[in-house]
Amino acid sequence: MNFPEDLKYTRDHEWARVKGNRVTVGITDFAQDQLGDVVYVELPDVGDAVKKGEAFGVVESTKAVSDLFAPVSGKVVEVNDPLGDAPETINEDPYEEGWMIVVEVAGAGDLDDLLDAAAYQKFVEEEQE
Amino acid sequence: MPLRTPLYDLHVASGARMVEFAGWDMPVQYGGLLEEHEAVRTRAGLFDVSHMGEVVFRGPKALESLNRAFTNDLVRIADGQAQYGCLCRDNGGIVDDVVVYRRSREELLVCVNAANRQKDFEWLRDHAGGADVRNESDDWAQLAIQGPRAAAIVGRLTRAELGAVPAFRFADADVAGVHCTVARTGYTGEDGFELFCRPDRAPDLWRALFEAGRGDGLVPAGLGARDTLRLEMAYRLYGSDMDDSTTPLEAGLAWVVKTDKPEFVGREAILRQKAGGLPRKLVGFVLTDAGIARHGYDVTRDGQKVGTVTSGTRSPSLKTSIGLAYVPPALAAEGSTFAIDIRGRPAAARVVKTPFYARKPS
Repeated sequence: MNFPEDLKYTRDHEWARVKGNRVTVGITDFAQDQLGDVVYVELPDVGDAVKKGEAFGVVESTKAVSDLFAPVSGKVVEVNDPLGDAPETINEDPYEEGWMIVVEVAGAGDLDDLLDAAAYQKFVEEEQE
Repeated sequence: MPLRTPLYDLHVASGARMVEFAGWDMPVQYGGLLEEHEAVRTRAGLFDVSHMGEVVFRGPKALESLNRAFTNDLVRIADGQAQYGCLCRDNGGIVDDVVVYRRSREELLVCVNAANRQKDFEWLRDHAGGADVRNESDDWAQLAIQGPRAAAIVGRLTRAELGAVPAFRFADADVAGVHCTVARTGYTGEDGFELFCRPDRAPDLWRALFEAGRGDGLVPAGLGARDTLRLEMAYRLYGSDMDDSTTPLEAGLAWVVKTDKPEFVGREAILRQKAGGLPRKLVGFVLTDAGIARHGYDVTRDGQKVGTVTSGTRSPSLKTSIGLAYVPPALAAEGSTFAIDIRGRPAAARVVKTPFYARKPS
């Protein structure tokens, strides 16, 4: 399982790629593997506000529904609309083509409690036991 | 501690994801649900369904007694035929939906849902009517090979003439040297077989089928694909689409209720309901808005709850969102529209004919 070093992670299995005040958000390789084949995704619209720790959308596999939790608070400035027609992209390429939204954050402070790759990997291993 | 089928070690070794289902540790998927679903529709898939239960009626009164506990009519089929139907309580509530295999008038095997093994056995024993009723669930493993290539694969492993075993017939035969009851039944809508064998022979049979089916693209398939395949056919799932509080008429199973039979448990209640009208009906629907309906979601009209979704998924074959729901009879006709409350958002749905999926002509 792959957890890129340059990303931050939540305990709800989202990843965040931080570039200045823009944070790209998706779900981790572990999350997509646990879900199985993703067949539907519901994402917010550009301009919507998302709040750290709260649900911003939904991802569904054939069997299960899972909420997507925002790793940061801010305003949605981009949405990966092609996922609507090709939700399987989330399984195939969770960290690149499978990105979900870009959030513009007001400050940098609320990134502090996100996990780095090593800590997230440890968290996943513990959760699997 | 969940129960394990005789194939448990093979599943784990092949990398299956195991989940607990009806008290059993079962493979939910191997490679991936969509891939397994596709394989069954176009080639073949092999399922371990050893968790299913088997209750056997024996003796001179076997047929007569079981027929009194069963809504369909076992007199109408011949020895070597199988029949689907319900076990009902006096009030018409469904104890279980089962397939009965009529070996003879004096020996019939009832294949019951895994979650209902004990309940069904006790209920059938209470209705033994002089027959010898035994719970032989632990004596049988069951493998289901399903898909357009299934008959060719099984045919390579047996001398039996499978052409003589058309749909809903069965025969005893050796398959790969394993003594089996070979039944042309299943839960996927595809041609195929359910192979009943002794648990200790199940791993050999499983391996032999894969060896024989390698060139056909046979894959192992889990409970996940089993569920999407059965839902595309609108086959009911006990515990989701019906339970002790629903009647066969409500569940759309009137075709397996033979009220012209003089006597069977639940007959009077079912006749009363037929005369008095149904409070609700199970219907198939497609979502015309985006989203996926799930078990337990509300069916609404003008914002008011009028029914409940019992099964729902995105159909891998049709690429649409399908489901089953209980609705008032006034909303049950084909073309009726209502909404499904998907996490607070009303998604438009339309009643359609079932099965949702039509098997490709072979």
